[in-house]
Amino acid sequence: MRSFWSITLATLAKDIRLEWRSKDALNAMLFFSLLVVVIFVFSFDPLAEESRHIVGGLVWIAFLFASVVALNQTWARELRNQVLDGYRVSPAPGTALFVAKALGNFLLVSLLEALMAPLFVIFYNLRVLGPAWQLVPVALLGTWALVVNGTFFAAMSLRTRSRELMLPLLLFPVSIPAVIAMVAATTSILTGEDSAHFYIILLVTYDVVFTTACVGLFDTVLQAE
Amino acid sequence: MTTPAATVPGAPIIKLDNVIKQFGRFAALRGVTAEFESGKFYVILGENGAGKTTLMRALAGLAQPTRGEIFIQGKTPHEACRELGYMAHPSLLYDEMSGMENLRYFARLYDIAGDERCEWVIRSVGLDPELSRPVGKYSQGMRQRMSLARALLHDPRILLLDEPFSNVDVQSAQEMVGLLKGMRDAGKTIFVVTHQAALLDGVADEFVWMQAGRIVDRTPHLARDAARAEER
Repeated sequence: MRSFWSITLATLAKDIRLEWRSKDALNAMLFFSLLVVVIFVFSFDPLAEESRHIVGGLVWIAFLFASVVALNQTWARELRNQVLDGYRVSPAPGTALFVAKALGNFLLVSLLEALMAPLFVIFYNLRVLGPAWQLVPVALLGTWALVVNGTFFAAMSLRTRSRELMLPLLLFPVSIPAVIAMVAATTSILTGEDSAHFYIILLVTYDVVFTTACVGLFDTVLQAE
Repeated sequence: MTTPAATVPGAPIIKLDNVIKQFGRFAALRGVTAEFESGKFYVILGENGAGKTTLMRALAGLAQPTRGEIFIQGKTPHEACRELGYMAHPSLLYDEMSGMENLRYFARLYDIAGDERCEWVIRSVGLDPELSRPVGKYSQGMRQRMSLARALLHDPRILLLDEPFSNVDVQSAQEMVGLLKGMRDAGKTIFVVTHQAALLDGVADEFVWMQAGRIVDRTPHLARDAARAEER
């Protein structure tokens, strides 16, 4: 177990170092999210009341699409020079690689959310009417839901010819329940009209089920030719 | 667990039993049956598409045989991964990190603590562990050496080297050959796939000839006719 976490942390540290040096994924995600914010604000120019109803969906769709960029990038760097084979011939467990990649993507998408959230507030003139603290668990659970499946499906589509197209095709349908819960929870909190408890529990359940499934199946995906 | 075979010098360390590897309809390996002895230096030769790289990948556990079995010291390649050092045609290194950073990461995968082993193995291939330049900015020869260092990192008993001398200048290649010879003399079993077999004539113990996914000949010398005549 000590070895598992040692390998996970070493892989996570390596990925953070590589991303820090290249900033490939972060820059692409930031630009994409920024474009979504600006395009939508000029297209709709919503009032504050309208914003509270639509921004939940907007925010999560922007993050979902932006996260695809990071998810593709995560595995693309393992394909250059076939470095992934270096991992596959080692005695290191495949699940350690998966957990490290998922954690790395989680940190990256969380950073994106932290940077973009103030822009959404400013551009859409947002004021939260419900319990604002509940946005934190919704953001954490929602982000994990996106990245855990995304990391898994990005690995699955790694050896396909058009993997950048394959990832959204696999990820988006599976993410629908989580996206519905994330959007509904965020809208409930922003408008203060309903309780977000049900959706938070739904997200917890979704995360537990899909994390277990992805961890359990990842070794098969990693060793597939 | 180590089988008794592993402890007897010259005993078979690797056994292939009718190994077939298919990619769709194409059979890259067509029933390879062979035994390889411990502590010997083997050179795998053959034209492009003969199945050399597939054989190496199968031995490394990266390509699962469609049929047949591979035993390394009585274990599957995956179970025997600590005994195997694999150097592929691509470097298996992160271009954005320095050589030392790369090896430090791979060392963690093998539970190797500290920097001493990484530094030693980098020096042993004739490079400087202090070199801070990312691997992507290395010359091809330096990259090959660092790739060899990565394969040697966990002190494996069996080395699988696919084209270790490609794009390496003659002097560096000869230095690598000297290094490999020393390792064979120290008891390691070495497999080299190369198109520059002349470099290994007089060093290797056996030349294994492959054609169309089969081992068609095994000779002690590079010159097959001379080897056959010697046998007669």
